[in-house]
Amino acid sequence: MSTYAAPLTDMRFLMNEIAGLKEILGLSAFSEVDADTVDAILDEAAKFASEQIDPINIVGDRQNSPKWNNGVVTVSPEYKNVYKLFCENGWHAMPGAPEYGGQGLPNLVNFAVNEMWRSASIAFALCPMLTMGAVHAMEFHASDEIKKKYLPKMVEGTWSGTMNLTEPAAGSDLTAIRTKAVPDPSGDGSYRITGTKIFITWGEHDMAENLIHLVLARLPNADPGLKGISLFVVPKFLVKDDGSLGERNDLICSSIEHKLGIRGSVTSTLSYGDKVGAKGWLVGKEGSGVANMFTMMNHARIHVGLEGIAVAERAYQHALAYARDRIQGAIIGDEASKKTPKPILFHPDVRRLLMDMKSRVEALRAIGYFAAGNMDLAKFSSDPAVKKKAQAYVELLTPVVKGWSTESSIDITSEGIQVFGGTGFVEETGAAQYMRDSRITTIYEGTTAIQANDYIGRKTAREVNKETGDVAFTARALYKEIAEFAADLSKDAKLGDIGKNLQDATKALIATTEWAVKNYGPEPQATSAGSVPYLKLGGIVLGGWLMAKSAQIAQKKIDAGSADGYYKGKIATTRYYAKHWLVQADAVAREVMEGGPSVLGLDEPLF
Amino acid sequence: MKILVPVKRVVDSNVKVRPKADESGVDLANVKMAMNPFDEIAVEEAVRLKEKGVATEVVVVSCGSAASQETLRTALSVGADRAILVDCGDADLQPLAVAKILKAVCASEQPQLVIAGKQSIDDDANQVGQMLSALQGWALAAFASKVEIAGNSAKVTREIDGGLEVLEVPLPAVITADLRLNEPRYPKLPDVMKAKKKPLDTKTPADLGADITPRLKTLKVAEPPKRQGGGKVADVADLVNKLKNEAKVI
Repeated sequence: MSTYAAPLTDMRFLMNEIAGLKEILGLSAFSEVDADTVDAILDEAAKFASEQIDPINIVGDRQNSPKWNNGVVTVSPEYKNVYKLFCENGWHAMPGAPEYGGQGLPNLVNFAVNEMWRSASIAFALCPMLTMGAVHAMEFHASDEIKKKYLPKMVEGTWSGTMNLTEPAAGSDLTAIRTKAVPDPSGDGSYRITGTKIFITWGEHDMAENLIHLVLARLPNADPGLKGISLFVVPKFLVKDDGSLGERNDLICSSIEHKLGIRGSVTSTLSYGDKVGAKGWLVGKEGSGVANMFTMMNHARIHVGLEGIAVAERAYQHALAYARDRIQGAIIGDEASKKTPKPILFHPDVRRLLMDMKSRVEALRAIGYFAAGNMDLAKFSSDPAVKKKAQAYVELLTPVVKGWSTESSIDITSEGIQVFGGTGFVEETGAAQYMRDSRITTIYEGTTAIQANDYIGRKTAREVNKETGDVAFTARALYKEIAEFAADLSKDAKLGDIGKNLQDATKALIATTEWAVKNYGPEPQATSAGSVPYLKLGGIVLGGWLMAKSAQIAQKKIDAGSADGYYKGKIATTRYYAKHWLVQADAVAREVMEGGPSVLGLDEPLF
Repeated sequence: MKILVPVKRVVDSNVKVRPKADESGVDLANVKMAMNPFDEIAVEEAVRLKEKGVATEVVVVSCGSAASQETLRTALSVGADRAILVDCGDADLQPLAVAKILKAVCASEQPQLVIAGKQSIDDDANQVGQMLSALQGWALAAFASKVEIAGNSAKVTREIDGGLEVLEVPLPAVITADLRLNEPRYPKLPDVMKAKKKPLDTKTPADLGADITPRLKTLKVAEPPKRQGGGKVADVADLVNKLKNEAKVI
């Protein structure tokens, strides 16, 4: 078994050189935080992730998964202990706002730390992630009274939060929501909620003293569409005015799911109002429930993208440790290895697998951290132009980070199994868990298709500048910037080959983007059918761009005399990426433009 | 009572180290560094004594390059009150040099107790605590697995080959921490952030009048020889024969 070690060098490099940490720390919002403190936080988080969270990943999956008994869900003692320490040591509160006990750190720092929690265990990290999602939604939209009552305990982790959207008939389409809310007959301003919610992550468990559910439901006579849905806060135990816990609310966990992956987490069915209706309180305005949930959607989606990056990194480390240890067969073209056998890492194809995993993880991380840094600039920059550009980038990149990182993670974790060979197919080695855990990430918080349609549609073809009438202006401007960078780099004496491949790939992306802008209106089905390959194309090029930028910086450091192997490695992984991934752009572009319409070529009865 | 705890920045215990190609030392380029684990235990013990009300102040000191500040900050984040960096640049610091620096720090700080890690995991010298006690003329209780302070003396349980030995030493004294003395805590995030605000003084060996000239010369640092593969024996008689005639152990 390998032990997780946070890739601190790559994280720091990307934070500093690609995501603009220095600029972010210079913003007045972060006057209390300096670079040394960020370093110390990363070090301590890395230690906690490796020593505390990583070892329980297997416990939740294969040794002692959460158990349901008559509405009560119990988790393993290991999960409970680590959760307690996680909260006591202030990690749970870290992303919270300072007024509720959080640290007010840049999103970029939270992002890097969250990568560590998720590499160590996606299943465990989901609990604080969902709580913080609920906290953010409440922070934006709830009344001061509700915020004061719930947020401090939720931020510290003593109470955990959940998001209740899905119902048996309402999955990706929330208009089908049937859960009802009626004003409480007592007239105390509360509501009575009845209905069934499914797939509620960490919807019931015994790590926290109370659970605070955010529930989408319809008021009587509400609009039948999305605008008829409101958001309610529904606690498991009612909270008295003095903050202590009162009676049990009328809701129960009626079952938990048996899943392919993230088995250490609880996926529950919650049944509201079997007796008199669960007591809930309105968050935000009536009818704005979906909009309120969606204010945090960019955030939640980027964080699921981060799960993809994190689990792929973990699978890479795990496979690498095995490839360095396992001795098998003579190495082709290496006579000496017939006598003195070498580890399988020296077999060219195992090398290829590991290189593929490593370079792709680095490319995905670069896009993720770049987006995370832009989230800070979008929120806190004092320069309106910077703010606007950063927000536009966040909007454009969110579906790429979510959709492409998670799709890639399934592939990368699968490569991890391939490195192990037969033993990877056996659960005991642990390689399979990473693949199983990654499998949910392309589904929840909006499937890949939803991300791809968002990317090709709302974020590209349907993006209109209200003043000038320009379409797809963010994408066009960014891809033009990449094309110019690539043209410059293609003339570089040392990195020209990388620049050339990036140049060709960017051309393909630009041509495809123009195709999408032209066809989105007249051929919506064909464009939509090509949207997932378009997302892949965007992911390949954006990753290649940030890798090439990294390689350029690394080359400068080497030219200035640095002997740090990290820089040499960055150039090597970028070159691999250019030769294996950027070269695919042309084919993927054709897949979108020619292949999109071909998807619709088979009439329904012929399937 | 003031406690002084020396801490050392070493290669993280999870890192698999490799010798440099020229065999002049261990390759430290881009290697994760951390506080010496035995020093973590020493800091933890000092902080616990402070939490019990036995100690009034915990001062941590590190001798090394400016990067040792990180290690001092780690100690501050788990409860040390202030820190002293003795900036020695890239000097080859040997145990006697460190002991001399610590002697000078003791002269200015006047601690009643020094708790050090029993050894550092990089060179495993296991000498600084002993040398410091000799230079100071203080009692030494090395390899402590339990420490109780009562008035002007310390009762120290130490791990020895035959079992446990309990010593009573007068203060001031030097105690070195063994693995089982305690389990160090993880720093809390708010304390990590506050550590930056705790005082950290920087001094040089020259400021302290300490002679850090190396006395020992490292000839070569190399990988241990690779283990040879074992062989199979046909039966017990063969095994006995091999032990008797090849290994010559019976």
